[in-house]
Amino acid sequence: MSPPPPLPRWADVGLIPLINVFAALVVSGIVVAIIGENPFEAMMVMIKGAFVYKGSLGYTLYYATNFIFTGLAVAVAFHAMLFNIGGEGQAYLGGLGAGLTCLLLDSMLPALLLVPLAIMASAGFGAVWGAIPGYLQAKRGSHIVITTIMFNFLAASIMVWLLAGRLKAPGQMSPETRSFSENAELPFIHDIANALGMEMARSPLNLSFVVALLACVGVWVLIWRSRLGYAIRATGHSAKAAEYAGIPVSTIIIITMAISGGLAGMMAINEILGVQHRTILGFTSGYGFTGIAVALMGRNHPVGIVLASLLFGALYQGGAELDFEFSTITREMVLLIQGLIILFSGGLAYMFNRPLAHLLGALLSQRDRKDHTEAGQNG
Amino acid sequence: MANGGSGSPLAIELSDINKSFGDVHANRNVNLTVVPGHIHGIIGENGAGKSTLVSILYGFYGADSGTIRINGEPTTIRNSADAIGKGIGMVHQHFMLVPNFTVLENVMLGHEGSLSVETSARKAREALNKLSQDFGLAVDPDMIVEDLPVGLQQRVEILKALFRGAEILILDEPTGVLTPLETEQLFDILRALREQGVTILLITHKLKEIMAITDDVSVMRGGEMVAHLQTADTSPAKLAELMVGRKVLLEVDHTPARPGAPVLDVQDLCLTDTAGIDQLKQISMTLREGEIVGIAGVSGNGQSELLDVLSGIIAPTGGRFAVGTNEVTANATSNPAELRDFGVAHVPEDRHKCGIVLPFSAAESMILGYSGSDEQDGGWWLSPSRLEESCASRMKEFDIRPPIPKLQSANFSGGNQQKIVLAREISTQPKLLLVGQPTRGVDIGAIEFIHKQLIALRNEGCAILLVSVELDEIMSLSDRILVMNNGHIVGELAREDADETALGLMMAGIGVDEKDSRSVTGATS
Repeated sequence: MSPPPPLPRWADVGLIPLINVFAALVVSGIVVAIIGENPFEAMMVMIKGAFVYKGSLGYTLYYATNFIFTGLAVAVAFHAMLFNIGGEGQAYLGGLGAGLTCLLLDSMLPALLLVPLAIMASAGFGAVWGAIPGYLQAKRGSHIVITTIMFNFLAASIMVWLLAGRLKAPGQMSPETRSFSENAELPFIHDIANALGMEMARSPLNLSFVVALLACVGVWVLIWRSRLGYAIRATGHSAKAAEYAGIPVSTIIIITMAISGGLAGMMAINEILGVQHRTILGFTSGYGFTGIAVALMGRNHPVGIVLASLLFGALYQGGAELDFEFSTITREMVLLIQGLIILFSGGLAYMFNRPLAHLLGALLSQRDRKDHTEAGQNG
Repeated sequence: MANGGSGSPLAIELSDINKSFGDVHANRNVNLTVVPGHIHGIIGENGAGKSTLVSILYGFYGADSGTIRINGEPTTIRNSADAIGKGIGMVHQHFMLVPNFTVLENVMLGHEGSLSVETSARKAREALNKLSQDFGLAVDPDMIVEDLPVGLQQRVEILKALFRGAEILILDEPTGVLTPLETEQLFDILRALREQGVTILLITHKLKEIMAITDDVSVMRGGEMVAHLQTADTSPAKLAELMVGRKVLLEVDHTPARPGAPVLDVQDLCLTDTAGIDQLKQISMTLREGEIVGIAGVSGNGQSELLDVLSGIIAPTGGRFAVGTNEVTANATSNPAELRDFGVAHVPEDRHKCGIVLPFSAAESMILGYSGSDEQDGGWWLSPSRLEESCASRMKEFDIRPPIPKLQSANFSGGNQQKIVLAREISTQPKLLLVGQPTRGVDIGAIEFIHKQLIALRNEGCAILLVSVELDEIMSLSDRILVMNNGHIVGELAREDADETALGLMMAGIGVDEKDSRSVTGATS
């Protein structure tokens, strides 16, 4: 079979993700039909559950916030051709950073100082947890995929050890810190809206969402408008070219992993400062891993990542609603559907590229030929 | 095999072959007829469609339209197995050999027969011996391929094709990796094959080779066949004109150099790589302002490493070199960024891997190496509009086409990519320019331009160190020529004394220590 003509960019960026999601939904629909429910009805419930019901949009955006942070983390690393699988652990450690800051200072500092400090601490802890595998890759040649995976386990162990030990609230049974004072809280959006006189349903959506959007802008500026971003992309596209250019490749790898880890670490502010107001066990619950699928689907571009995060946020929230509405569709079924989306847009992301390229190639050349014959007739 | 008579059908007959890749019409209504038992050359610039055409013939691509006849029979060739079945063999520019297999194992690869390879190995050995005798292609079947010199590896490729019953042999740029002596030997083999009735299709961009060995020649330009000629009736100048579409100056206008103060001083420079192999051995030389020093040598004899060390990519493990007053040794290492600040510019050998970043826009590739300290006003940020502005003006100055700064670097032709690199490196007005393979994969028109630029830069007082595997290039540009072999500088010749024979022998490492080097001809292989 001859190689297809290159896929036009608009098709690669716009069409392919849609086709992937559609394929996943079709397969999910078949599964839903097999267990005896109407797939279209289920689809409607999911959409309503994610966007229409009271407060549902807030939930969707709250989930999306997590995905934006972890998706950006994967994307930044990917621009230097590094596969950061450690978003989960970096986010977990970010929660430790935010938690420690609040535990130490929440009685001393006002919110205006404490919250930025806690955000920086979450980013800082995540950055360190990302930079160590980066260092091992750059200086020792340990593969980043392996080390970041191992660092997820290390992070989980450290957190269990601390939350069930030193950091556990005195006289408590559950493995979590004491609740922070109000100074450490990122305000809820519905509280802000109500204060401004707008009616808004309660949801866990908080100011972290705004921070996430700012992070998107920051990442865009970093990657495409800064000298550092230039060095990161040069390193990613061609390490040899970067060496030739005198870009310190090892340093760039470490810095990139620190930025990536920092972004993943900031996911903790949504959960810890925004919602839980204490550091709890297992608050990352897989968002770090889903960030890989988000980045893949969003083509490592902030805009794409926001869109992909919205989709995954809707899946999480709408999926919960499915579980609620249908007795036959259980939590596990919802996980299956989410899994299918991740499979099609992550694992099988490029499955439709070839056929689509062939199809488009054929269509375009047909049009060309028509143009030529017409031109020939005219001339 | 022998059917050279006038009544026999044509070996290859292509009519109206068309092939497009997206918007690029790589082959447009291409016709080609090859007479059996002839050596037929196809010449054209890079991107003229030569490779596409032979890829269609060998089954890598399907043609969009057109017919192929082999020995008079209409044929469809869907993959290389089809091509082999029709008696077509191909020797690729980059060898397709398993380096740690023996010659015999490589030749029989894909023809192992049943579970046990014993029987087929015995048969293959017999066949191989017969082929070696028939065609004078002597290779020891039990040698490990990676231990063989390049010329012999190529012989294995030819044997592989013949073993599969090839009566039509396609050679794609076969001499790029060979010394002049090995090239001569290859031509002897091709002549012997022709004697036996094998039809040979030789793809090349070197006019000299076409003149030396082919019977017929077809010229391609811009995806079309522009001429079919008998080699005896044509001349290099005529062919060059056909290839480029205008008159081309084949000779560089080279005025005598006026060397000034020393710019680069190299003393006893050594490099031992991580595998413990000495790549550079006690290299010493001096480069002065306003002279071009050429380094001749078969590729892989340390030239690449020399450029890497002098540009700061690799630190030397012994000795020293100094650019002006800035000294670099094994202990006081430097890096490419610092050396650029000292006035060292570098046109790297591998343009695709180093010189540009293929997915970057031309404007971005135009600041590779200068992204930290370019004439943009420093700081943390890069302004794309400003990059594109300065890129556009350089594109105008260096006639880079298409002049679109936003276009991805990968979408420029080889010659224009090289001009991007050259524009970037020359614009900094360097004191020392290191140039590796400036015209590899570059079309004749651009070669002329690049050579002119290098001479102009020299006349402005820049010292230029030129590494090239093209002897003609070295001889036409250099004021002095150093020859490298096995990590040593084995000799120096003044421009006037350099000729191909003398250089070729030195490159092969023969007669280095002897006064009359010509007396030891033919000692290799």
